Amino acid sequence: MTDITFSIDGRTVTATSGQTILGACNNEGVETPTLCWAPNLTPVNVCRVCVVEVVGSRTLVPSCSRTVEEGMEVLTDSERVRHSRKMVLEFLGSGVDLSQADGLQVWSERYGADPDRYVEPQKMDEEVKIQDNLYVRDYDKCVLCYKCVEACGDDAQHTFAIAVAGRGFGARISTEFDVALPESACVYCGNCVGVCPTGALQFTTEFNLRQAGNWLPETQSVTRTVCSYCGVGCNLELHVQDEKIVKVTSPADHSVTSGHLCIKGRFGWNYVQPS
Amino acid sequence: MADLHFTADRATAAEQAAIDSALLALGIDAATIVEDERVVRGGVGRRNERRHGLLPGLHALQRVSGWITPGGLNHLCAQLGVPPAEAYGVASFYDLFRTEDPGHTDSVHHVCIDVACQIAGAEERVAELEAAGHHVHRSPCLGQCERPVAVFVQGRGGEDVVPIDETEPTGSGSIPQRYDPTLVLLARVGRIDPTSLDSYVGAGGYKALAQAFTRGPAGVIDEIIASGLSGRGGAAFPTGVKLRAVAAEPGPRYVVANADESEPGTFKDRIVMENDPFAVVEALTIAGFAAGAAKGWIYIRGEYPLATRRLQAAVDAARVAGFLGERIARSSFSFDVEIRRGAGAYICGEETALFSSLEGFRGEPRQKPPFPTTHGLFGRPTAVNNPETLLNLLEIVSRGGGAYAAIGTEASRGRKLFCVSGDVGAPGLYEVPFGPTLREVLDLAGGVDGQLQAVLLGGAAGSFVRPDQLDVPLTFEGTREAGLSLGSGVVMAFNQAVDLAGVVIRIAEFFRDESCGQCVPCRVGAVRQHELLVRTGTRLTPPELVLLDDMDRAMKDASICGLGHTACTAVRSAFSLGLLESSANGGRK
Repeated sequence: MTDITFSIDGRTVTATSGQTILGACNNEGVETPTLCWAPNLTPVNVCRVCVVEVVGSRTLVPSCSRTVEEGMEVLTDSERVRHSRKMVLEFLGSGVDLSQADGLQVWSERYGADPDRYVEPQKMDEEVKIQDNLYVRDYDKCVLCYKCVEACGDDAQHTFAIAVAGRGFGARISTEFDVALPESACVYCGNCVGVCPTGALQFTTEFNLRQAGNWLPETQSVTRTVCSYCGVGCNLELHVQDEKIVKVTSPADHSVTSGHLCIKGRFGWNYVQPS
Repeated sequence: MADLHFTADRATAAEQAAIDSALLALGIDAATIVEDERVVRGGVGRRNERRHGLLPGLHALQRVSGWITPGGLNHLCAQLGVPPAEAYGVASFYDLFRTEDPGHTDSVHHVCIDVACQIAGAEERVAELEAAGHHVHRSPCLGQCERPVAVFVQGRGGEDVVPIDETEPTGSGSIPQRYDPTLVLLARVGRIDPTSLDSYVGAGGYKALAQAFTRGPAGVIDEIIASGLSGRGGAAFPTGVKLRAVAAEPGPRYVVANADESEPGTFKDRIVMENDPFAVVEALTIAGFAAGAAKGWIYIRGEYPLATRRLQAAVDAARVAGFLGERIARSSFSFDVEIRRGAGAYICGEETALFSSLEGFRGEPRQKPPFPTTHGLFGRPTAVNNPETLLNLLEIVSRGGGAYAAIGTEASRGRKLFCVSGDVGAPGLYEVPFGPTLREVLDLAGGVDGQLQAVLLGGAAGSFVRPDQLDVPLTFEGTREAGLSLGSGVVMAFNQAVDLAGVVIRIAEFFRDESCGQCVPCRVGAVRQHELLVRTGTRLTPPELVLLDDMDRAMKDASICGLGHTACTAVRSAFSLGLLESSANGGRK
């Protein structure tokens, strides 16, 4: 690992070779919006909300996947950067329900994204899919960030139950021939739900509470514990509301799980609170 | 495969036989498949080892059953070790694969509705075929713009065909200059029998390869660099520089002929491949020799059945004659060529999308860098060139780079093929030494038929040109200075009778349909652009013009690949040139 000297917004900074521009920005305290990026997934650089300007480059570059180079001049707040970030957020807002996308509203306001500029825009227009007792899939909220596909596939579970199907605006996350999830290869690890940034994939517990207007994250406590099913040592975060477990996650930076769990750790907690 | 989960659907015997035989042709046979293996041993690389068989297998299934059946897909996936959800994602990406039961067993007529055919009465042709009881699919450009309205028939159980190929093969009307003794790139077109290696060799074929062996790989690259040849697909990257970069990387290396010619208005590679297929194979062999490549691939668009058959026959004949295979023509160079057929996706002409497609993934482009010269096909160093670019290598190797560089202009060396279509006297493929202006090329094609309204230069990803701009030289530097792009050499003329608003709306629809959907700016931007033009009939208010400009800038700046970068270019140029006054009703006014 050698040190790379380059600049961010005119400030000379140092990073290690192989580090991404986004990583360097995070180290330097330069805030960057992200959507398809996650610390525990391979960057797919598809959402384009993290784009930055590299002086001399014809187009903007995705900071999540582009690695730093010696002498590179990175601009994170130029007019071009602000414009493209605004348009990406505006485009998404015009066709997708972003009401449960954490953090995006703030960025949309900051860049002045105005999805209402589009008259009768085509929307995702999907029915909510409830095919089992564990997941709810509402693709009206899907931004096609590929995170669930990665978590189901090469980056975590290696189950490959879902993939992107179709093309263009018609692209959707789908099982083969859109068969119901219980008939697919799905093993209900919940890792797709765990990485979804917009609430398109939800645990049924959360979905039902939201439907009832009773999803109250500010009242929830999060308790860290170790899964009791086997000896691997996965850490669990139990999200508790009104004395009841409503969701189980794992920290993305945990050395054992990298944020991913199996069906038992994720859903096998009913014995804690017999009804 | 124990690692994969399948639904209960089973393939029919016919489907199994069709798929197995398609895979066997690729060297993927039952013996390598039944072996009890778990991907755990080899990881992701092992899992993807046979995945390149996916596209050929899907073609076989589509042909035998008329659609991608769940049972057939299961069988294909089991043979290749590909998860069914991923294979479905691949199949549903392409226009030529149906993933729903069509409910009939007939062939499907694909009728081109892109610009050259649109103004020639595509919708009337659709109505005629439907009235005659045919199943019709409205298709993007089929690459037959010189003879609109283009039709491609996707058979069930039989070969796909372009009906006009059966009665009127190219070599006649499509090349008005044929037999002109000054032609170089098209010298053999119409003169040789494209199905005969003897005929090709008799016309001087394979002399260039012998010359290349004499010069050695580095010598060949030196000549190509000296020639100043740059790519003819649109990006105009120096070909020699690309080959030298690949040659400098560790092997195995690959060379790829990008014959996925899909830019609306472009048909040059089709005519070359149909009429001079051995030249493409020889030129690819020379490129492979120069780059030190282990193998060459030809990725040809699925809507070119005649070109595919002729190229395959040429490859087979070249192999029998020792021009491909081990120790070619008694040299120490071993090289072979494999042909892969696309399945209806404009984006697969983008080189990294082409790699994804050939490898058996969705035809989605990859972020660059890394570039194909280091991370190309199967992650290996790869040089991609289109057939027209490759064709120039024969001349360069035979006569030397210096002689080649003497033709053309300062920054545009050699000769160029132009695809002239629309309202001209003699639409077709034209070869000129670089230099003539747009006016001169139009005159060469018999002049404008009627009074000129505009020219579309460079295809759907190009720009419109006004009648008072015809003196722009059709060179890389000439078009660049005028803020235009030569693109793939498309010159499409529209006379005053054409409803240009309808043409512009169709171009926007083309990008909406052909965006792969991977990145947000292009996936959504192409839809919003089209919606805006349809809703307004291209009569935009000042705030709407601002919106169009906003979308264009974001797509140019933030999209992953060239499709998104250029999806607004032609539309914007029509507005900035003031070409949009008429009402939009499609076709002729």
